[in-house]
Amino acid sequence: MNILSLFVFIPVLTMTGIVLIKDIRQVKIVASIGMGIQLLMSALLIFLYVSARHAGNTAEMLFIKDVVWFDSLDIHYAVGVDGISVAMIGLTSIVVFAGVFASWEMEFLTKEFFISLILLATGVFGFFISIDLFTMFLFYELAVIPMYLLIGIWGSGPKEYSAMKLTLMLMGASALILVGILGIHFNSAPDGGKLSFNILEISKIKIPMQAQYIFFPLTFVGFGVLGALFPFHTWSPDGHSSAPTAVSMLHAGVLMKLGGYGAFRVAMFLMPEAAHELAWIFIILTTISVVYGAFSAIVQKDLKYINAYSSVSHCGLVLFAILMMNKTAMNGAIIQMISHGLMTALFFALIGMIYSRTHTRLINEMGGLMKVIPFLSVCYVIAGLASLGLPGLSGFVAEMTIFVGAFQHPDLFHRIATIIAVTSIVITAVYILRVIAILLLGPTTNEHYEHLTDAKWYEKVSTVTLISSVAFIGLAPFWLSSIIGGSLPPIISKILALNPF
Amino acid sequence: MSLGNFALMRHELLLTVAALLVLTAEIFASSKSRKSISLFSIVLFALITMAGFLPSPSGTLFGGMYTTDSTRLLMKNILNIGTLLVLIQSVTWLNKEENHDKVSEYFILLLSTLAGMNFMISAGHFLMFYIGLELATIPIAALAAYDRYNNKSAEAGIKLILISALSSGVLLYGLALIYGTTGTLYFNEVAQLFGTRSLQILGFIFFFSGMSFKISIVPFHLWTADVYEGAPVNITSYLSVISKGAALFIFVIVLFLVFPVIISSWQKIIYVTSILTMTIGNLFAIRQQNLKRFLAFSSISQAGYIFLGLIGGNQLGMASVIYYILVYIFSNLAVFGVVAAISNAKGKESIDEYNGLYQTNPGLSLIMLLGLFSLAGIPPFAGFFGKFFLFAAAAEKGFYLLVTIAVLNTIISLYYYLLVVKAMFINKNDAPVGKFKSDFPTRFALAICVAGIIITGFASIIFEVIKKSSFGV
Repeated sequence: MNILSLFVFIPVLTMTGIVLIKDIRQVKIVASIGMGIQLLMSALLIFLYVSARHAGNTAEMLFIKDVVWFDSLDIHYAVGVDGISVAMIGLTSIVVFAGVFASWEMEFLTKEFFISLILLATGVFGFFISIDLFTMFLFYELAVIPMYLLIGIWGSGPKEYSAMKLTLMLMGASALILVGILGIHFNSAPDGGKLSFNILEISKIKIPMQAQYIFFPLTFVGFGVLGALFPFHTWSPDGHSSAPTAVSMLHAGVLMKLGGYGAFRVAMFLMPEAAHELAWIFIILTTISVVYGAFSAIVQKDLKYINAYSSVSHCGLVLFAILMMNKTAMNGAIIQMISHGLMTALFFALIGMIYSRTHTRLINEMGGLMKVIPFLSVCYVIAGLASLGLPGLSGFVAEMTIFVGAFQHPDLFHRIATIIAVTSIVITAVYILRVIAILLLGPTTNEHYEHLTDAKWYEKVSTVTLISSVAFIGLAPFWLSSIIGGSLPPIISKILALNPF
Repeated sequence: MSLGNFALMRHELLLTVAALLVLTAEIFASSKSRKSISLFSIVLFALITMAGFLPSPSGTLFGGMYTTDSTRLLMKNILNIGTLLVLIQSVTWLNKEENHDKVSEYFILLLSTLAGMNFMISAGHFLMFYIGLELATIPIAALAAYDRYNNKSAEAGIKLILISALSSGVLLYGLALIYGTTGTLYFNEVAQLFGTRSLQILGFIFFFSGMSFKISIVPFHLWTADVYEGAPVNITSYLSVISKGAALFIFVIVLFLVFPVIISSWQKIIYVTSILTMTIGNLFAIRQQNLKRFLAFSSISQAGYIFLGLIGGNQLGMASVIYYILVYIFSNLAVFGVVAAISNAKGKESIDEYNGLYQTNPGLSLIMLLGLFSLAGIPPFAGFFGKFFLFAAAAEKGFYLLVTIAVLNTIISLYYYLLVVKAMFINKNDAPVGKFKSDFPTRFALAICVAGIIITGFASIIFEVIKKSSFGV
């Protein structure tokens, strides 16, 4: 079997295993083994990918497997990866692995929880390996729909409202994507010939301009909703705050990246001409996302809401960088996806762990946690520093690259947008440091908190996995950059043909 | 008539023979052996279903009044599969004490309607079409009133027969105009002689309206919810799946074969009615509490989606319509099967009463979830593929705005399907539907539906076979 298909096959196998066993404790073990294998597999994939590139394989996509599925509609099961998808697969497997350990204390309907969680992961993995638009769309919806049950059944707060809002908004977005995909497909052979759903095939032709003007906004907004594009980001704070820990991790960490990745790989890559013409609208919207998300985070009282709005801001930065359409900024966009995925997953994991001890998420009700639960508190500080872009951690590398790339545009519009977006760094510092000051430092406000226990072993597994990844990217960014950078030229050259920068 | 002719119309002949055999068995059955009538009828029908898959030549009979080819054969086989599932699902209900005396009537009436639908599908002449239509309609009204001491059931029967009579009248008026302007009722001759004169368009509109009553297209849908609610659950499932599916099959054949000349006219009509049907069906479904009414409106909106396959007049469109109806049979029967099982065992039919169902009956809840997700078009279930192909068929001909409206409508439908999912999985209930074990026929039929929902999507061969025997305008 193709190594990429294994990324879908192993989660399916894990789910089957979970269905078959009876004992609740074994459920967690099976889930962690399955996702552990997935983590090792992605390490293997990165290794194989790098060695294939060193051996001089310059094909746009590697490990391609193409099986005809619905012949009469040109639908194939087609998988393949380039450096960008390899990096995203690595991110996904780390976050899912950490997510399984973060939900070790799940008591209610454990089996169903892990099945839904892994089903979600299956969808995400499938999405990143697909190079056929139909398969990609199928996996996209597969990743979205388990969210309803995950939030609705195991969530907290106004969970039913949040679950419904999130599901309907994301499925609404997928409706736009569906129309976009059909439009791309039926315009994929403007000079006659065979229609195609294959991204690589379609990228070789130029879709007629009047079609691009309709379908570029549809696909970009469709994926943009998942990437928290203003004004379609409202599902994100509600959804994240109601979701159980592992789901918030996966959702903010990985699922939102589907939006950025899809906007990049489908909307921009296949319809660069329209992207070039219409980018200014979306640059304005994403700049608003970046700044507005950060400002909103300042005034929140609930830890999860703070982090959810911070995700809106950071994911807005991803879309912002993609729209800058030059190599540096796009490189930064991908690194930002990875970096934000890791650190936001870390944040949500820590918030979940703190919440399970203090039974509140309101920052005003807590204080002085550094003294009682030092391990978790230090982790929280590290996550915070990564988020505000401290050198040596992943956030700095990503944001630095993005802003340097964005500022390369000599014209006024792009530069002003960049300057406005840069202010988010300062605002981020404000809300991160505010939380750290109130939550972790200062006197212990509640004597009940004096007896809290620090992290258990499974919580340490979860956090250490994520922290080491964040630090690794921060200390050795060139490693990730070279994997990603090698795959950007074919994409950039297609866009640069129109854009002198 | 030679033996070869029998093979041509074997579906109809075998059904007639089966109905007569059941009638004969009823005469000789003692009150003890009466119970085995349902087993006998189902085995008989299973044999007919299998016989339907034997290879068959194409050809015409009775001077062109009856035609058969691979497309029509495929449609009849799909209807047979669906009917078989409905029959198996009704065993539990037929075994009840109050239905003891009228088991054979159920089978005779049901098989007659199916024979009528087959005649309609195979019609090559509007007269044959009309006879089939009447044969398919009148017994259904009797079936809807099957539970005759129940006021609602009797009301459903009366409503159905009155509406059917009205719609038949409208349809006949259309046929009269068509005959008046072309001088013939043979499909192939009408197709050649038809034009765009206003009287002809008027005739087509009357025909269209008459058919719309059968498919319950907005604005001809008002009877649907009342009849679905009043009729026994198993009859409702037959009405919403087989009856509607057959009407759509016939509709696609007639549109593509008889009225290709005025395609630009019927495209406009279908454009408007499909948007109305989807939207109104969906918006009304949101407000329903009774599951049968809920499913009635959901099935109205499903017909709106199916119209997207018709609108292009392309081969892909016909294939997607046939494929979607197959998928719809499995999905809707899975949902109806669960509703029927719970209704028969506990007498509960309201969404509120389903609160907390997963705690007591996880199996049934999961099947219901599968069926609802398939109806909503969620991957990896068959409904996703079916909807995708319908939308692709419309997009191929450039109806992007219509596709956009349709996909946004699927989001509305997802909302109310999720309300049922929420009731079953999320809502708490102090007194949920009690734990019970359904009997073998129910479980068997549900298992087939689940297999159908999962396999029909992934196994591309099914779609390819359907595509091969479809045709465009």
